[in-house]
Amino acid sequence: MPEKTEDIRIGVFLCHCGSNIAGYLNMEELAEFAEKLPHVAFVQRNLYTCSEGGINEIKKGIKEQNLNRVVVASCTPRTHEPLFRSSCGEAGLNPYLFEMVNIRDQCSWVHMKEQENGTNKAKDLIRMGVAKSALLEPQKAIMSEVEVRALVIGGGIAGMTAALALANRGFEVVLVEKEEALGGMLNRLNRVGPTMVSASALTAEKVQALAEHPKITVFTNARVTEAQGFIGKYKVDIETESGVKKVDIGVILVATGARAFVPKGLYNYDGKRVVTQLEMETLLKKGLDPGIKNVVMIQCVGSRNDERPYCSRICCQTAVKNAMLIREQNPAARVSILYRDMQMYGVENEEMFRDSKAMGIRYMNYDPHRPPQVEPDKVRVYHALLGREMELPANLVVLSTPVVSQEDAETISRLLRVPIDENGFFLEGHVKLKPLDFATDGVYLCGSARFPSNIREAVAQGLGAASRASIPLSKGSVVVEPIISVLANEDACRGCGLCVALCPYGALEIQRTDKGRKVHVIDVACKGCGVCAATCYQHALSINSFTDQQIRSQLEAYLG
Amino acid sequence: MLDVGRHPNIELLAYSEVEKVEGEAGNFRVTVRRKARYVREDRCTGCGACAEKCPTLVPDAFNEGLRNRKAIYSLFAQGIPSTHTIDADHCRQLNGKKCGICAKTCQAEAIDFDQKDRILDLNVAAIIIAAGYDVFDPSQIPEYRYREIPNVVTAIEFERLLSASGPTGGHLDRPSDRAMETEIEELEKSVGKSQKALSKFEEKYGESSAAFYEKYRSGAYPNDEDRKKWADKYADHLTVVEPLESLKKKAEGFTVAKRLAFIQCVGSRDFRFYPFCSGYCCMHSIKEAIIAHEHGPDTTSTIFGMDIRAVGKGFEEYKIRGGNHSNITYIRGRVAEIMEGPDNNPVVIYEDTRERKVKRQEFDMVILATACAPSKGVVALARTLGVELDSYNFLKTSPLSPVDTTTPGIFVCGCAESPMDVPESVAQASSAAERAAEIVFQTDLIKEKAVA
Repeated sequence: MPEKTEDIRIGVFLCHCGSNIAGYLNMEELAEFAEKLPHVAFVQRNLYTCSEGGINEIKKGIKEQNLNRVVVASCTPRTHEPLFRSSCGEAGLNPYLFEMVNIRDQCSWVHMKEQENGTNKAKDLIRMGVAKSALLEPQKAIMSEVEVRALVIGGGIAGMTAALALANRGFEVVLVEKEEALGGMLNRLNRVGPTMVSASALTAEKVQALAEHPKITVFTNARVTEAQGFIGKYKVDIETESGVKKVDIGVILVATGARAFVPKGLYNYDGKRVVTQLEMETLLKKGLDPGIKNVVMIQCVGSRNDERPYCSRICCQTAVKNAMLIREQNPAARVSILYRDMQMYGVENEEMFRDSKAMGIRYMNYDPHRPPQVEPDKVRVYHALLGREMELPANLVVLSTPVVSQEDAETISRLLRVPIDENGFFLEGHVKLKPLDFATDGVYLCGSARFPSNIREAVAQGLGAASRASIPLSKGSVVVEPIISVLANEDACRGCGLCVALCPYGALEIQRTDKGRKVHVIDVACKGCGVCAATCYQHALSINSFTDQQIRSQLEAYLG
Repeated sequence: MLDVGRHPNIELLAYSEVEKVEGEAGNFRVTVRRKARYVREDRCTGCGACAEKCPTLVPDAFNEGLRNRKAIYSLFAQGIPSTHTIDADHCRQLNGKKCGICAKTCQAEAIDFDQKDRILDLNVAAIIIAAGYDVFDPSQIPEYRYREIPNVVTAIEFERLLSASGPTGGHLDRPSDRAMETEIEELEKSVGKSQKALSKFEEKYGESSAAFYEKYRSGAYPNDEDRKKWADKYADHLTVVEPLESLKKKAEGFTVAKRLAFIQCVGSRDFRFYPFCSGYCCMHSIKEAIIAHEHGPDTTSTIFGMDIRAVGKGFEEYKIRGGNHSNITYIRGRVAEIMEGPDNNPVVIYEDTRERKVKRQEFDMVILATACAPSKGVVALARTLGVELDSYNFLKTSPLSPVDTTTPGIFVCGCAESPMDVPESVAQASSAAERAAEIVFQTDLIKEKAVA
């Protein structure tokens, strides 16, 4: 056992949780047991330690019994640790000299029918918690200022929406667009469904609002070439036509959009008689050749296959919309859509799908194992529902190709230290619960950079990412729990960088010091997951409140 | 949920309803009715001792009525706030009977039978509607015979059956089998009772009821009143024992459901009910089939759908993985009818549109992927708030302002706006929060200017 010189006085509070714990464990026995543990100066049983009365008992114990460590044996730290911690703080004890032992969820609840074994297990758990608490060190919460300025990378509909939203909240925004004009994919579209508004009118409206907004600085023909730092404090280099601009940034939004796949070598694609949906947009914008009487569209060209397994979400709705616009311009034109599944999810899409059928657009189900054949003036297709080969006259064939990730996605991913998935789209912090955040604090995500999105979805995500990014901006500072990684043994660190490569939060960096290359923990970015400490073969890194010594003392208490 | 409950800037008013809204963006006056729980929020620790002792059983709505809860309850185990509530319709004490067991049990002294509804006035700058949706009731579709055939269940009921904290502890016990097991239990209870009465006679006369009954029937004891009672009791006993034995024999053969059918677009893409696509049901059927397969590796699932709409991030890959590794077969076709076959097995009649053949297939259980129906309460809520609904009763928005309702300062997110899955709802919730924060910021700005 490691020795401690200061006079350790541990208070143990045993919670009955009504009958949730006391109904199944022998509390009296536990109290007697706890009293005999090393350094334990005070033991008390409470009906509910979390109730006002229970909390007051903890505070009283700290003051009257001179306790300098508190252990509560009760329920789960997930719900109650913050309460007990802050109560210790209110009584003048450093909140990190508190340890919690769960004798309910993993003890009384699961051993309801075996009081003796359950009580013995609770004894082990309490003994371990007490042993660890003796070695706890006081910690201080970490605070870091936030530069109240956001960087939005990408000036498409998602990025423009996010920039305007943040600016409307009073935050300064720097918007960087790599093309010469704002608008992104919108610039290449004709009209957007389901309301069929003109894409250029929509762009113009947003561009004007951006230009007029005093809080927004726009750089076009520009690229982010460097982004050093962490949440609240990024040093960003923007390469513009008039040289490199250096800006201090608090948060970064990735709204870099996506591209349309070019189907080279598929279905006799030539960009003239066989075009993509994106090229179709241009044809419709210019006005369709009245000679075009027979149009065949083919869905899933280059997607939902071995090479690109994902469904690109928006191509079916694009096809239906364009089919309807073709009929609007050339009412006599026959339009057929060859599909695998019509992905017209939701209310508006399904409505548009129905309207298109009423308009006379024809839909034919094809089998991916017998794909359609594009021949001069016609398309041959095996109609999977009629079970026979059909010949469709076609003087225009339109291929629905998937939305694919940007060429520079990987560069940006490396620059910002955020991940991309197997399809090249940026990978959010949690697919369900954090769709617009990255695992790294301070960097956010919206629009087709995340996954193919239509206008409605891109606008919603732009607003949503702005909301997420506004949290540190409006607080002006970030406060982090000090249970993080620290370089406990600087001499042992060889600067190998293994931990840097494995850190999921970008919280580690290698710095040159007088003693050579050493790892540096960016404390506000660290989440205390412990990957680095577990990886470091030199044992140079350690996690506050989970040091090797503390964990060893717990194990020894259990085994001894 | 926990984060909401703990956040210093969130005041959670659960079990409450909005009664009146006046004013405009930046300055709404909202009247909220906090319904009486008959439990003091400041005292209840959520320990659940009261529910353990409460003698009154009520069908548990959270578990789709598949099991019972008590008259004092929390909606579900991890619910926030954990404060319990007394169901005033079923509580004995509140209905004039003698009880009050919960009050005696509660060591925190939180029970308050005299609690009344409280009216709260709030002043807020912006309002967000996140009122969700209802599950479509498939008993409106006669040909699917939901409720007539016990082993035809909805996806949400199936979800509860799959859940480790659900009514079956996560075992795929079929509803018909569970009903029969309940029947067996009840018969066993009554057999136990009659057995007790018979054994008194057996002791008195020193012979077994069966032996006595044979003699009695051959006329051995004429005019013996006491023995006549015995004989009558035994005859009654036999009428229960015989069906019990045959039920028990049947129940021996019960196994968990292994052949599952999932039927898509139940109430959606259907002109009789909701013409729209509910968006998320293809994925939850695939998910449920994959989880069922994890529970039992010999489980097979067939998903009947018109299009399988796996349009989200990673969804198509998930669908293919389900087919390759979880015994899922996808059949393109709309199910015409469900009949009941032998052993309570539902039989699905459908056209396989790829093979152009009408087929029938027997399953252990059929799961209906029901539509996302606009919530019933939303019409009244919209009237109170003065916002417009679309033709289906979803909140009206426009594609370019996806979370703005028709009234400035009032925003919407999630399935109250239109059907959507979890990631989309989460993203939209942030969008609505952003729009609301813009109003709050502008209002503060105006106030500051006025002061200056």
